Amino acid sequence: MTDEHFKIAIVGSGPGGMSAAAHAAELGVSHVLLESSAHLSYTIFRYQKGKHVMDEPAVLPLRSPLQFTAGTREAILGKWDEGIEQKGTRVLFQNEVTSIEGEKGNFILKTSANRTLTAEYVILGIGVQGNLRKLGVPGQEAPFVQYQLDDPDEYEDETIVVVGAGDAAIENAVGLAKQNSVIIVNRKDEFARAKQGNLDLILKCIDDEVLECMYSTTPERIEPKDPLKNGGKPGLFILNTPDGEAEVPCDRIIARLGGSPPRRFVEATGVEFPSAEPSAVPAVSPQYESNVPGLYIIGALAGYPLIKQCMNQGYEVVEFIEGRNVEPADEPLLWKKFNKLPGVSSVTDALGRVIANVPVLSGLTPLQLREFMLDSEVLTPAAGDYVFKYNDYTTSFFSILEGEVQIQINPDDPSQLIPLRQGQFFGEMSLISGRRRSATVIAGAGCVLIETPRRSMNKLIASVESAKRTIDETFLMRAIQAQVAPDTPIEELSDLVHTATIETFNANDILFKEGEPGDSLHLIRVGSVTASRNIGDREVVMAYIPAGHYVGEMALLSDAPRSATIRAAVRTETVRLEGASFKALMNRSARLRRQVEGKIQEHISRDIEMSSQPDTGDVISFLVQQGLGEATDVLLIDESLCIRCDQCEKACAETHQGTSRLDREAGPTFASVHVPTSCRHCEHPHCMKDCPADSIHRASNGEVYIDEKCIGCGNCQRNCPYGVIQMAQTQEHEFNLFSWLLFGKGAAPGQKKADKSAGGDASKKAVKCDMCKDLKGGPACVRACPTGATLRVLPEDFLKLSSAGSA
Amino acid sequence: MHESFLVYRQFKHLKLALALCLVAIILYIWHPFHDAAESRNGGTWLGYALGGIGAAIIFWLTWFGARKRSYKASSRLQGWLSAHVYLGASLIIIATLHTGFQFGWNVHTLAYVLMLAVIASGFYGIYAYARLPALMTANRAGETLQSMLDEIAALDREAIATADVISAKVHEITVRSVERTTVGGNFLTQLRGASQTENLENIEQQLEEMHTQLTTADPLASDIEEGKTMMVMAHQLSTARGGEQVSRVRQLLDLLTRKKALVERVRKDIRYKATMDFWLYIHVPITFALLAALITHIICVFLYW
Repeated sequence: MTDEHFKIAIVGSGPGGMSAAAHAAELGVSHVLLESSAHLSYTIFRYQKGKHVMDEPAVLPLRSPLQFTAGTREAILGKWDEGIEQKGTRVLFQNEVTSIEGEKGNFILKTSANRTLTAEYVILGIGVQGNLRKLGVPGQEAPFVQYQLDDPDEYEDETIVVVGAGDAAIENAVGLAKQNSVIIVNRKDEFARAKQGNLDLILKCIDDEVLECMYSTTPERIEPKDPLKNGGKPGLFILNTPDGEAEVPCDRIIARLGGSPPRRFVEATGVEFPSAEPSAVPAVSPQYESNVPGLYIIGALAGYPLIKQCMNQGYEVVEFIEGRNVEPADEPLLWKKFNKLPGVSSVTDALGRVIANVPVLSGLTPLQLREFMLDSEVLTPAAGDYVFKYNDYTTSFFSILEGEVQIQINPDDPSQLIPLRQGQFFGEMSLISGRRRSATVIAGAGCVLIETPRRSMNKLIASVESAKRTIDETFLMRAIQAQVAPDTPIEELSDLVHTATIETFNANDILFKEGEPGDSLHLIRVGSVTASRNIGDREVVMAYIPAGHYVGEMALLSDAPRSATIRAAVRTETVRLEGASFKALMNRSARLRRQVEGKIQEHISRDIEMSSQPDTGDVISFLVQQGLGEATDVLLIDESLCIRCDQCEKACAETHQGTSRLDREAGPTFASVHVPTSCRHCEHPHCMKDCPADSIHRASNGEVYIDEKCIGCGNCQRNCPYGVIQMAQTQEHEFNLFSWLLFGKGAAPGQKKADKSAGGDASKKAVKCDMCKDLKGGPACVRACPTGATLRVLPEDFLKLSSAGSA
Repeated sequence: MHESFLVYRQFKHLKLALALCLVAIILYIWHPFHDAAESRNGGTWLGYALGGIGAAIIFWLTWFGARKRSYKASSRLQGWLSAHVYLGASLIIIATLHTGFQFGWNVHTLAYVLMLAVIASGFYGIYAYARLPALMTANRAGETLQSMLDEIAALDREAIATADVISAKVHEITVRSVERTTVGGNFLTQLRGASQTENLENIEQQLEEMHTQLTTADPLASDIEEGKTMMVMAHQLSTARGGEQVSRVRQLLDLLTRKKALVERVRKDIRYKATMDFWLYIHVPITFALLAALITHIICVFLYW
């Protein structure tokens, strides 16, 4: 029995489905939008109140009859409701589609409200959030069990059990713990799925007993109880713990177990999934059509989680159904990048050329390549122009689309040049190690380059296996040549390179131990290590060795056991080279042998010096423990000079919108060296990892700073292991000494003005040390210190490095 | 790596100040004072020169207060402080030579005396800055003031809970002791780092006695003084559940001892900080008094020329 017939039935009123329905409405195509809940876009409707919603990717134009710009959840939902109404879109709320049968031209859809509809085409835009995982135990639907949390501040003085180990569970648990007694239940014995920032956050909360964690615990069943007989709690949660069954009386259970494609439902329509993984999404054609003709899939279910992409797809899919071919929304943007190239007639032509000319990018799908190129810039430098210079602090990646570049590998001898030709790439050293540029690159004739920012490059490396492999191999070859054997031609190195493997060490892991036989050499590519020796039953640190140097050559030369223990100071990646091939290479090249011998001599004299002053070693190991191993610039206070006047904090606040970005008193002290809570400008800044607004950058002198695009989400604050980022309201107030001194007007220096805006969290933004990059004379904290107690240093200088490793 | 303001740029400002003093002394000795009518005083050309330089230095030194608070200045404050110290000290020579050793009960000598007082307080400041920071670090032993205060509060809570189990009387005196523990206070108290632990010592003593009583005394002996509530109670309790009670009293004693040590450290910390700050409360006001006297002095000598 059919109630109604439509040309297009759209299932799910998320951004994609809504946009498709509105576009169909404005075209006058017969359509219906089916939504299981009583609201449009239920996932976004359920976002935390006042949440700021991003409109990434910012450069992509919006192509939808509905409006969408970054803003609060309320503003966006309001605009959408308005748009849907205006276009005369036909929406059926509370009609969850329970089955889709039939074929192109005659699909039959049944809904939970007992309606049966027929349609020629179906657009599936149901996303993955509608399919939240349930607890799967008796009592899972009890009134005090919920699978979402809108506003943690709504609850007070309750006993709440949060189930889950992901980011949502952690954020909820920590948010609730402010006003409630919270127990977090983790099925495993660690929080492996969480982002680093959330992991640190939850572990700290557990440590500080802000909340309780039950590890290796699974829910058994939930029983509603009479509060009077259950200590005032409406529910009893029975859990399986490693020590047996536990009963927890509680007010509320919040399970945050994530969402996944509603596989059974989708497969029932005939759509196939490429793999059995729960997170796998169905494959679709460039026109978003699934393997079932006439059934289109858009949005998160097709693997596109961004709102703007979904809305564009909604528009495009209706155009495709109407038999029109629309060019992708990013076409004009890409054309702008490519049109300056000679002999390029279209974007497709240009993209084809990229695939053909640049092997590292050839493994990308057309969609991935478009996205990659959107983020990248096409450069046509004149012959002789500098692309970047030695010691620059940039981290972008360059591929040579046409022509060639010259690399000055020796900063002391500019005439020593190595050419790189079409299809090759450069800049991967800084990208991988996070350090300054190791060479100067000069453009050659007819050179066309693709410059890709670090973030997009990392995304590519993470998602395209072939790109990762190519870059890693090239990195190996070049790093070995540059740092181990600069005078040996690449061809002679191939034996050595073939034995090379990349090894990863966590902080404090040991690369090798003193006394072990030496069989390999480690070239540090990410992170840093310390070398230490046992002197009189005590481990004394001899040296700190950053990325770009190698360790382990001493034992190889002499066949003696390892003379020191090498320990990772932070998460470290090394290139391990087999001893035998290294020895073979040394036997062939007398020059390399002499070079290595020279280095060893340096280390021995350093070790002798260090053994005579073991205290220096203690200071090094203290500083390394404080994370200086990954710092590029750190603020150190000599407490024997510090008169605790807090001039540094006042100066910082006065030059940075009223909030000091350093906390002088906090932070550890060893001997008289104090490491205050202040940014270390890490090599691989943890704060940059997860910035949705992409507002954290590294300036050319190495300063890591947050620009005005910050949306105040707090990810960087959570991700920073050193606690140096704060959320603060910025306030401009000019301090005037005389009106303050004589008339008591305005706040005293460094004292924030009373907050009049009282905008709550929404107006807070992340603030951190920017090393006063825009001020003359360098960091204000150092300039304002009256006694010379503050100092900003490169850890390498402070740790009195030798030029390379040891052992 | 770090360089103190005293050694700033290899004593650049010390050298400058010494040179200035040397030139002044040489000129003073060399100056003929040929005219018998012209005595050695500020009225000679040398007197004016020294007075001018001295006054200029004083005004410039006073400006330090403003410079210290101009956070956007691109030079380092450390250099200014270094110069402030050495040029300030050089005034002892320059101003003394300017007086020509003529002193009297007048505003001119007042200005001179006030200047010396400012310099003397400054010297004390240098001493405090050189000595106290290291002592303060040692006393802190890696903790912050807040963490020490938190720890004291935690120890207090624990002590009260333990005392509560021992007896009502012990609980009462423990609570009283907690209430009476103060740190900080007015400026003089801070400077003295005054110890108000008498009360604490008092309970400690009582607990010690109680402890001895519990461990050594024959529970049945009746040599306990009348009116000593604690002892009576101790006696009663020891007969009832001695072993347990002994360990509780021991525990309370430990808690109180730990707390006492912490309170002492906090007071020391406050005292160091107060000592580093207090001299400025002398240095700065006298500076303003000096300015007033100096301006009066200058106006006077020009007015009554």
